[in-house]
Amino acid sequence: MADPMKIRAVAQADQVEVKILMAHEEETGLRKGPDGGIVPAHFISNVSVRYADREVKRAQWGPAIAKNPFMQFAFRGAARGAELTVTWVDNRGESRTDHVTVA
Amino acid sequence: MDSSRRELLRAGGLIAALIAAGSEAAEPAPAWNRAAFEAKTVQDALKALGAPGSQEGGELQLTAPEIAEDGAAVPVVVQSRIAGTQQIHILVDKNPFSLAASFFFPEGTQARVSTRIKMNETSHVVAVAVAGGQVYMARQEIKVTIGGCGG
Repeated sequence: MADPMKIRAVAQADQVEVKILMAHEEETGLRKGPDGGIVPAHFISNVSVRYADREVKRAQWGPAIAKNPFMQFAFRGAARGAELTVTWVDNRGESRTDHVTVA
Repeated sequence: MDSSRRELLRAGGLIAALIAAGSEAAEPAPAWNRAAFEAKTVQDALKALGAPGSQEGGELQLTAPEIAEDGAAVPVVVQSRIAGTQQIHILVDKNPFSLAASFFFPEGTQARVSTRIKMNETSHVVAVAVAGGQVYMARQEIKVTIGGCGG
């Protein structure tokens, strides 16, 4: 199981500002390992952020997202105390879901 | 390359299953756009995204450093002030695969995103916004001292 994400969600005026840091190697599939063989691609392909049964953000990524991916965005309609759910899925079908309470 | 392609193919089905399992109440999410992510040029990627033929627009802003010492993690911010922006895509002209990321903005989510991308070499980074069937583009050259794709 991958390490937990670091997520911060802060209510500012009428918006919630969300910062997410995911723990992932993000191998491109183009790099050679110490044995000279290609290190297979391993990267997060889909990200979804949900609040109260609606998706507030969705992303599709290729292998060109930097190691330990970072994403920041803002949405309206949630207040302090609300719970957000963040899920990522990678190209091997591994996934991780974490929750955060809006501060 | 062959093995990574297999990985991608295998992941496609799993992703679809996971998304289906996790979102009874939600609109069906489109699966990973393999054709777009495997495109080797910006033009082909845009075609696969269904967003060819774009206009340069002042309301789409791409903020990135002029010089990135480490191509493995280049911070990029894209903000669209175009009304009704539904998608923002980030592409790197000279990366092995041009499309780095696609972001989708439901109503109520601000059309702005920050992330960090890998760059293989000095290249133009292209931000594309899709709003109401129109496609807008902003680009900036980023000089890269050390490439970040390996190989």
